[in-house]
Amino acid sequence: MTTKKPSMYPYIPNSVPATKEAMLKAVNAKSVEEFYADIPDAIRLKRRMNLPEPLLSEAALVRHLEGLLSRNKSTREVLSFLGAGCAGHYVPAVCDEVNSRSEFLTAYAGEPYEDHGRFQALFEYESMMAELLNMDVVNVPVYDGFQATGTALRMAGRITGRNVALVPATMMPDKLSKVRDYVKPDLQVELVPFDPSTGLMDLKALKKQINAQTAAVFIENPSYLGFLETQAEEIGRVAHENGAIFVVGVDPISLGVINPPAEYGGDIVCGDIQPLGIHMNYGGGHAGFIASRDEEKFVMEFPSRLFGVATTCVEGEYGFGDVAYERTSFAVREQGKEWVGTASALWGITAGVYLALMGPQGMLELGQGIMQRVRYAVKKLNQVPGVKTHFPNTPHFKEFVVNFDKTGMTVQQINQALHEKGIFGGKDLSAEFPSLGQSAVYCVTEVHTQADIDRLVNAIKEVVK
Amino acid sequence: MTHATPKKPGAPKPVAPKPALRRFHQASWDEPVIFELSSAGQRGVLPPEPEADLVEAAGDVFDNLPASLKRKTAPALPEMSQLHVLRHYMRMSQENLGVDLNIDIGQGTCTMKYSPKVNDQLARSHKLTELHPLQPLSTVQGILEVMYRLEEMLKEISGMDRVTLQPGAGSAAIYTNVAMIRAYHESRGEGKKRDEVITSSFSHPSNGAAAKVAGYKIITLPPDADGYPDFEALKAAVSERTAALLITNPEDTGIFNARILEFVDLVHAAGGLCSYDQANANGLLGITRARDAGFDVCHFNLHKTFSTPHGSGGPAAGACGVTKEMAPFLPTPTVEFDGTSYYFDTNRPQSIGKIRPWYGMAGNIFKAYAWIMSLGADGLREVSEIAVLNNNYLLNKVLEIRGASAPYAKGKRRIEQVRYSWEQLTSDTGVHSEEIGFRAADFGTHYWTSHHPFVVPEPMTLEPTESYSREDLDEYIAILKHIANEAYTNPEIIHTAPHNSTIHKIDQESFDDPEAWAVTWRAYKRKLKK
Repeated sequence: MTTKKPSMYPYIPNSVPATKEAMLKAVNAKSVEEFYADIPDAIRLKRRMNLPEPLLSEAALVRHLEGLLSRNKSTREVLSFLGAGCAGHYVPAVCDEVNSRSEFLTAYAGEPYEDHGRFQALFEYESMMAELLNMDVVNVPVYDGFQATGTALRMAGRITGRNVALVPATMMPDKLSKVRDYVKPDLQVELVPFDPSTGLMDLKALKKQINAQTAAVFIENPSYLGFLETQAEEIGRVAHENGAIFVVGVDPISLGVINPPAEYGGDIVCGDIQPLGIHMNYGGGHAGFIASRDEEKFVMEFPSRLFGVATTCVEGEYGFGDVAYERTSFAVREQGKEWVGTASALWGITAGVYLALMGPQGMLELGQGIMQRVRYAVKKLNQVPGVKTHFPNTPHFKEFVVNFDKTGMTVQQINQALHEKGIFGGKDLSAEFPSLGQSAVYCVTEVHTQADIDRLVNAIKEVVK
Repeated sequence: MTHATPKKPGAPKPVAPKPALRRFHQASWDEPVIFELSSAGQRGVLPPEPEADLVEAAGDVFDNLPASLKRKTAPALPEMSQLHVLRHYMRMSQENLGVDLNIDIGQGTCTMKYSPKVNDQLARSHKLTELHPLQPLSTVQGILEVMYRLEEMLKEISGMDRVTLQPGAGSAAIYTNVAMIRAYHESRGEGKKRDEVITSSFSHPSNGAAAKVAGYKIITLPPDADGYPDFEALKAAVSERTAALLITNPEDTGIFNARILEFVDLVHAAGGLCSYDQANANGLLGITRARDAGFDVCHFNLHKTFSTPHGSGGPAAGACGVTKEMAPFLPTPTVEFDGTSYYFDTNRPQSIGKIRPWYGMAGNIFKAYAWIMSLGADGLREVSEIAVLNNNYLLNKVLEIRGASAPYAKGKRRIEQVRYSWEQLTSDTGVHSEEIGFRAADFGTHYWTSHHPFVVPEPMTLEPTESYSREDLDEYIAILKHIANEAYTNPEIIHTAPHNSTIHKIDQESFDDPEAWAVTWRAYKRKLKK
């Protein structure tokens, strides 16, 4: 049965038949068909599209959509230890309040006058990130951390005129896939192996691999596998001695306690701001940042918009606008640096709200609290027979790798059993890193209580017994 | 009429009729930069404290951290109570215009339309926001069904065989299409040989830019005398080196390129592929489809045609449609259905791999799905027909304004938008298009010139989507007419605009001076000290 057409569509004011008639008359047209006269008959669709029948009332639509949503079970209903680049941190209510404001939510590319608020909020986002990173230049967000990494490496390629990027073999394969594809025309990506006992980059291998073709040495701190790269300063030195740019990926939420890369030689710093007040959104909560020193040779290689502060013709008034706009594809199409377009501005505004709410003390307490919970979880898990964590002597931030080889069970079996107990175990690494055996990367954040961690440990104890 | 009635004893005093133009003034809070609001010791939220037992058991968590990795001084973030953070951002939000507040037809090419509140509200459910992308599939069947069903809908709307929802926005979708095209040619051993991509000067800048990022040489077709991409130039450009044609139809002029089949055939005959940038699809839903014109790949912007909010510049969402020949190259994973449940297919050996983390912008995918469900086939067609009616209505009215013109295709109808020119007005009065925008802000509306390069001199691009009423269009026209009139009678008021905005004319010179530009507050402070 075909749903009857309504008398008008609430989202389409001029669908009222009398209005339509009057407007057609005003433009001297008999029907809307006249507007389509240029479209050749051969490519006209001559039938009604075959789409599901609409739910014309809002009430019916809500019922349908809520029905779909009810088939999801969220991490509010299940105790989750999933991370791997997307983490369940606590999102303060004010973050959601601000990003739900329709003035921000429904705006787009307004100018610095009628959208002054958006410019200021994003300038402040850049500025607060800059304090976290101890760097003077931070961009308006790109799509996500993967994209930020790809662009940071291409920037290094352009700055050095070289064509190889050395990256850690511990990188997330999905991220590596994106980065490899993205940098392909400019850079060859080579993996630097890791020490199996510590997870850290194999320095000997790095020194062998680095040469006059190396544009960038990239590390992640913390790494995909959760550990902190304690040799970061040394790696940066090796990069610089060889004329390469030292690119460091960080988890910004760690920086209340962990030194920002600028303090140990990082030239370009990148990452994802999802942890900063943005819900996971089934993977839709990502936005990427790129930061550098305020040197022209770095700034001119950013593809993204950079909002700067300036005076106006009124004393005491701040104005904001695009810094070095001529480098962008908006200004000069393919002559610009990579491309710029719609990306993740609202998540940038949100991360700014988050940092303002947290303040210096909040970031410190949060970072320390996460590391304490992780240390506690690691200690407890290692007491479970057959269970051990990898890289025991390397410091970790919020994630760590748990190995189940001695339990005789696969991660898949364990995760299934945990799921039955209302727990999402860590991400299975057995296919991505076979050398780590039956291992999973677990994520613990400030949302976890001691009881949550104890519950996990007890559940694993029961499962592997 | 009550207005004309003199006040009678005991009756209310009549309110005079509204003036012809809105007496607008934007909120102007004179708000400091957030760091200036900091007050030592204040805090906005307290993180959950770990239990004492846990802290004791954990011990010194920094004991194995080398000095180089331990932060020594706290980040100099502002210190503010919760209300003060909130108030600061509320004030800034008031200093912003979105679709919900203004008649947002001045942001042509961007399809500014109403984003239904019901969809936003439902997308805030923890059943969506608090889903982790690695949860067991049995716990995410609802969102997977939405993804699957949206793909089915977009297949029907585009005529394509498969659709990916992974790209984060329109430019990312353009790039995804280019990456698939590159993989296609590589799979046939022609990757090196086909090193050129052809696009047109009225396409979005990202068509050229994203293709260059993928390693291609770019050839840009100029418009011909009628405003179409120049077919003769295409003939000259196409060769065995052609990897693809990236084209929009209609282009930002709103003129439908009736020879599109010849364009596509010419490129195909040379072994190249054709990619359709459907950012301008809003006038064509149910009218004509990418596949019917022979395209191999296409993309939609879900935040444009399919109503998801623009978020001050994202998060957005892109969707790429492909023929079955191109399907093996789609990003990983695809969403599949086995008759009982939904799952991901990650076993895709020819795939270009990941374009972004996970599977796409789930929130916007949900909202786009909801929007299509609220309209159906007839509703989508109504969207397009009204968008096109609105545009032609507006076109007639703009052409009545002194100094304005619509270059190319004289007397022809347009599809969903028009690139106008103020060339005449500029040469008569010295007032530029950009300044008209600054003055338009004084009346509570946003106005944008166009993408560069300004092939049309002194451009203005208006796209009156289906969301706007006839009264909205008349009001926008009245504003433009008023400003044009000012240009001829009192240009100074335009040169010094805006007057009723949050702020006044910005000094631009520092933005291009490396010694003076300041992208962050700390850079500004440092440079001031010097």
